[in-house]
Amino acid sequence: MSYRFRYLVERNFKVWRKLLVPSLIANLADPLIYLVGLGFGLGAMVGPVDGRPYISFLAGGMLCFSTLNSASAEALFSAFSRLKVQRTWEGILHAPMTITDVVIGEWLWAALKATLSGAAILVVMYGLRIVHGPGPLAALLVLPLVGLCFSGLALVMTTLARSYDFFTYYFTLFITPMSFLSGVFFPLHQLPQAMQTAAWILPLAHAASLARGLTLGDPMPWPWLSVAVLVGYGAAGVSVAARFARRRLTK
Amino acid sequence: MTAAEMLRVRGLRKSYGGREVVSNVSFAVRRGECFGILGPNGAGKTTTLRCCLGLTLADAGTLELGGLPVPEAARVARYRVGVVPQFDNLDPDFTVTENLVMFARYFDIPAAAARARVPRLLEFAGLGDRGGSRIDTLSGGMKRRLTLARALVNDPDVLFLDEPTTGLDPQARHLIWDGLKGLVAAGKTVILTTHFMDEAERLCNRLCVMDDGAIIAHDTPRGLIEKLIEPVVVEVYGEGVRRFAAAGARALVERLEISGETAFCYMHDAAPLLELLGREPELRSLRRAANLEDVFIKLTGRDIRD
Repeated sequence: MSYRFRYLVERNFKVWRKLLVPSLIANLADPLIYLVGLGFGLGAMVGPVDGRPYISFLAGGMLCFSTLNSASAEALFSAFSRLKVQRTWEGILHAPMTITDVVIGEWLWAALKATLSGAAILVVMYGLRIVHGPGPLAALLVLPLVGLCFSGLALVMTTLARSYDFFTYYFTLFITPMSFLSGVFFPLHQLPQAMQTAAWILPLAHAASLARGLTLGDPMPWPWLSVAVLVGYGAAGVSVAARFARRRLTK
Repeated sequence: MTAAEMLRVRGLRKSYGGREVVSNVSFAVRRGECFGILGPNGAGKTTTLRCCLGLTLADAGTLELGGLPVPEAARVARYRVGVVPQFDNLDPDFTVTENLVMFARYFDIPAAAARARVPRLLEFAGLGDRGGSRIDTLSGGMKRRLTLARALVNDPDVLFLDEPTTGLDPQARHLIWDGLKGLVAAGKTVILTTHFMDEAERLCNRLCVMDDGAIIAHDTPRGLIEKLIEPVVVEVYGEGVRRFAAAGARALVERLEISGETAFCYMHDAAPLLELLGREPELRSLRRAANLEDVFIKLTGRDIRD
């Protein structure tokens, strides 16, 4: 086992650090607008959800949704720039680095960055007094898994893609439907039974279940299964991505 | 593979979609020599280099780089290797200095040690005052030199350069050549591909000519010229070259090729042809010694390659 993937993480971290302030503002501002806009605006019309204000319910979902979006953006658009447009991966492969090192490095980095986005929502939840005390900090253990899950899946698309247009399909055909199916914006039990069953096959419902369970104290039907689903999707994704990358780059 | 050999390639083959782009290529490069792979576009030069580095997987053949089998031990072998690719892949998210430091990190070189190497590398690249510049503010020649400096961050034993001066102006090419000559003089092994004959003639101790995936000649630059081509060339220009060739010139030379409105005449003794030319005032001519380009054209023909 080689740990050279850490150099890829180091590279991406050094680039990210240059744009630290705008990056942190975007991390906070974007989900904050969603949360406040939908939470207060829509919340005033829908009333309490599962016995609490809509904004509290939504915040639990946004914790995952923000992590998902950050992981996807980094592992799709940014990683694709490095793979194709900037030829950064190609340059790195001239050194004693392998394609596996690069793909694993991108995977871990995207998950790390996504965790930070999720953590920013948690800070907002404390700020808005949606959560109290140290208990909800346990969500910080779940956010990396959500990040690994969705950056692993995104890297499959990245290593297959011919252009950025490819990613539009990924969002319209996968991410967006999954978001509406997985109990992010409204409770899962609002959906017909068949759709609920389908939702539990996808990883986001498990992520939302864990996030709400740990921050808001909602019942978690299968916590360990949910953890396994997130890890499983992420690991499967990154293995397939490494295979695609190898096929693409060693031809 | 003997200790004096840095690279050994035996029976290398690679096909894409049923078309063999490298067919049964074998050669060896000795420690401290500059070895050139010449060939027209699409001859298989880049694929051969990528196979040597373990970046492309060959269909058949054995490769040894610095005594290590490739691709099995390619990663370890690359610790002692520097690469200048055909297309620049400097990291645009970093400055000049950051590019060098980060690249050294990929070789497990600690950041402090990497930073200590930067001033000498910048000086080598003629970029002494550009350490803080963004990559997109550099000229093409500067980027090439920085790429060459980047290939030296690990103080490699062997350098692979894929068309190092393609697209550069003469001043920039000469700078790169000077740098490469210095590296060979310092004992580095250099393997380069090129389709510039003057580049190969100037830099290479030995070279091979590739065409359609196969090596068709293999010698020193002088050896190729002496063995494969007549020593004197007279180029004749003008509208009347075809008539001139038919009217007796062909009989006075050993070989004559017409390309457009130029006749290339190859021979050992130019005196009879020059005498005939004296009676053709409308034709211009140039007498010169045969060079590697003549060998190359003789071997690979005058047809355009894409």
